[in-house]
Amino acid sequence: MTETATHTAGATAPTPPARFAVPGRIEVNGRVAGTWQTATLTGIRRETPRASTFRLAVPGWAGHLPGQHLMLRLTAADGYRAQRHYSLASAPDDSGHIELTLDRVPDGEVSGWFHTVARPGDEIEVRGPLSGFFAWPGDRPALLLGAGSGVVPLMSMVRHHRARGLTVPLRLLVSARGPEELIYAGEFGAETTPVFTRTAPPGTPVGRLAAAHVAPLLAEPPAGGWEAYVCGSNAFAEHASRLLVAAGQPVDRIRIERFG
Amino acid sequence: MNTTRGFTGRPRAARPGLPPGQYDAGDDWPVLSAEVTPEIAPADWTFRVGGLVAEPRTWDLAGARLLPAAGYAGDIHCVTGWSKFGVRFGGVSLDAFLDAAGPLPSATHAVARAHTGYTANLPLADLTGGRAWIVWEYDGQPLAPEHGGPARLVVPHLYFWKSVKWIAGLELLDHDEPGFWEQNGYHARGNPWEEQRYSGD
Repeated sequence: MTETATHTAGATAPTPPARFAVPGRIEVNGRVAGTWQTATLTGIRRETPRASTFRLAVPGWAGHLPGQHLMLRLTAADGYRAQRHYSLASAPDDSGHIELTLDRVPDGEVSGWFHTVARPGDEIEVRGPLSGFFAWPGDRPALLLGAGSGVVPLMSMVRHHRARGLTVPLRLLVSARGPEELIYAGEFGAETTPVFTRTAPPGTPVGRLAAAHVAPLLAEPPAGGWEAYVCGSNAFAEHASRLLVAAGQPVDRIRIERFG
Repeated sequence: MNTTRGFTGRPRAARPGLPPGQYDAGDDWPVLSAEVTPEIAPADWTFRVGGLVAEPRTWDLAGARLLPAAGYAGDIHCVTGWSKFGVRFGGVSLDAFLDAAGPLPSATHAVARAHTGYTANLPLADLTGGRAWIVWEYDGQPLAPEHGGPARLVVPHLYFWKSVKWIAGLELLDHDEPGFWEQNGYHARGNPWEEQRYSGD
């Protein structure tokens, strides 16, 4: 292959160093993750005009860690099934319940059923928890960046932090178009900075998440540095992760979950 | 079967080519990667085939372009549920790279590694025989960074997390070694037609 030899970088070129070296954090139990379970809807709570929280009783739920997700499926009478991944919104607890917060997506096949048909008592199927990559057990300082319903897995972390009375540093930057679309608005505390991109309350600036939000947090990081978790649309994830890198956050300590 | 009260689903016709549990993403091409999109200049991209081979080889993009052009036109399937029909990738068959390096008889598996450090494991049989490509074009245009540009692996008959973006190399092994998502609970092989999504499947 002489024609390739003239253009090769050399047969001994080393494998590039692994910059995205974030290992799997949590081992997922394959047997549990592989089992479909029946969940019963026990409550629906409106969060914003577009988002509601659905509370499910799952008797066989093995427990989860903040940031994990599940797979959910609905089955039509003719056997047709639709399945989707959703982040868990609730903190791990022993209530036998989990919560999901779903945006109402226009023409959404599954979210549409939840927002227009579902009522307490309905049964659906779930499997999980799945994926240990985005999980946060509460062991390291966490810097959370979310937009829209991307705040859902991050809220599980905030709730976990609160419920356990953890002292490890935790900060949440959450972006929404306006106050009326800010999911969990009533639950945020001093750990949270909301960022409004279209409309904001009087005295609050309007604009997208910027270096000015991120830089101060990275200028004085906690001992050991931040573990960064980014969740939102791909456009938001690209923007937010670039801000983090520009501010000095190591790429191998940024975990990203993009809506797909 | 546990029927969901009041659920009918979208109007649908049998869609040949749609694996179980998948939906047609239409014109969308969602971006799903857990890492920060790296900025890799085409001139800096390299691809190495090493491990259990007769001669480890490394190509840069100019060298890779001298191999016989080959592409994939067809469908792709993401484990998160979407499938995309009629995609067109341009690049080179992985066979051309492997033939140049000469896999040893003992090689049975490979770990595909990205320039970011992301990894995926694949049986060698899934990478040979015209079933895998290194591609740098999508629809005749340079592959966008968020989709793996300058160049990515494409193994369309498996879930797309195996089609490593920003591909840096293949390490041939005599055993299977779980990659990034496989260590995080995903299936070792990931055949969409058998719904091999998670390790319990």
